[in-house]
Amino acid sequence: MKIAVTTSGTDLEAPFEARFGRAPHFLIYDLEQSAFEVIDNQANAQAARGAGIQAAQSVCQRGAQVLLTGHCGPKAWDVLQAAGVEVFNIQASTVANALEQYNNGSLKPAGGANVRGHWS
Amino acid sequence: MKLAIASGKGGAGKTMVATNLAWTAAQQGVKTAFLDCDVEEPNAALFLKPDIENVIPVHVPKPVINQDVCTHCGLCSDICRYNALAVLSDKVLLFNELCHSCGGCVHVCPEHAIHEEPRLVGHIDAGHAGALKVCTGVLKVGEAIAPPVVKAVKQQAGDETLTILDSPPGTACPAVETVRDADFVLFVAEATPFGRHDLALAIDLAQALKRPFAVMLNRADLDHGETRRWCEENGFRVLAEIDEDRRIAEKCSSGELVVDALPDYREVFTKLLEDVVAAAEITTNERVQG
Ligand code: SF4
Ligand code: SF4
Repeated sequence: MKIAVTTSGTDLEAPFEARFGRAPHFLIYDLEQSAFEVIDNQANAQAARGAGIQAAQSVCQRGAQVLLTGHCGPKAWDVLQAAGVEVFNIQASTVANALEQYNNGSLKPAGGANVRGHWS
Repeated sequence: MKLAIASGKGGAGKTMVATNLAWTAAQQGVKTAFLDCDVEEPNAALFLKPDIENVIPVHVPKPVINQDVCTHCGLCSDICRYNALAVLSDKVLLFNELCHSCGGCVHVCPEHAIHEEPRLVGHIDAGHAGALKVCTGVLKVGEAIAPPVVKAVKQQAGDETLTILDSPPGTACPAVETVRDADFVLFVAEATPFGRHDLALAIDLAQALKRPFAVMLNRADLDHGETRRWCEENGFRVLAEIDEDRRIAEKCSSGELVVDALPDYREVFTKLLEDVVAAAEITTNERVQG
């Protein structure tokens, strides 16, 4: 199973990023392989509108089934829902810390978008 | 002649000036159309009280994806500048609120899986107040993209001698759409530091669009002439000034036209109309000759 984590950096020790659509990177961690890949989201993060939609599309296309992030807006939520990605809104220091929290099994899935759209 | 009445921000008195100018022109027997392009908050009809003769729906093309034919190749999402499409492994999602109906996705889809269907985004109330033609654009509640409705209102202009466009405030797309092909723009601004700041931005827009313009100062006595001096220093022509007057606010809040309710203002608007038309004609001639 693959887990996507929002981050400002490019490795497991990099800081966790609370924003989703405008996060600089997504780290996609593969639990079976204990390996990860990094998606660069910086160009998309500049988009005036719809950054969340494209971010969600990227995460879904890489086959992530779980997303660990701070905030998720309504449109990104719709895309993630349609793709069956489980979203957890968390606070974490680093990517590794976020993954630990997930592995502990103590997290509760988000019930919906937890921030408003940027223009609505 | 197409005359846009615009302002850097809402509440400067733009609609008050636009409606009174149009009414003044119509009273003088000039064949006039009033087009309310402030489609997110149209309120000129409250003052002009037209009889609505026609309600015209405004549609935009909306892409519809045939999920059975789609191979989820992702090309439509790649081409969409507005991030309105998300391609997932088994479906494509369209976000109407972001779609600008550019047709790019329809064109690029290798499977011809996308066609367009009309989507209602607003309507136009068309009618008359006496001899004055009045058309009001109304963006549907919850819609985010106003320019198609503005465009549709502008198309209501007929063979009138004078067309007055009540522009949305500010400098965003709907204001650009209103002002872009006006023959002349009259900016209504309040004489305050904030009013000046917003006016400067709005004037930038008119200059970028190469529209000739002038300024009318509302509540002109608020800053002891500072905004007027600022206009003069920058070479912006001030065609008229109206001082702070409680009676105007009162008449506006009860939906009355100033020129009807306060006869002492008739002259101000008659002169403003003459001056605007003259200024517009001069600049039009200059442009024809230049
Ligand atoms: S371009 Fe056509 S085939 Fe490709 S994902 Fe979009 S709709 Fe499907
Ligand atoms: S019509 Fe244009 S804006 Fe709308 S989804 Fe297609 S490409 Fe995007």
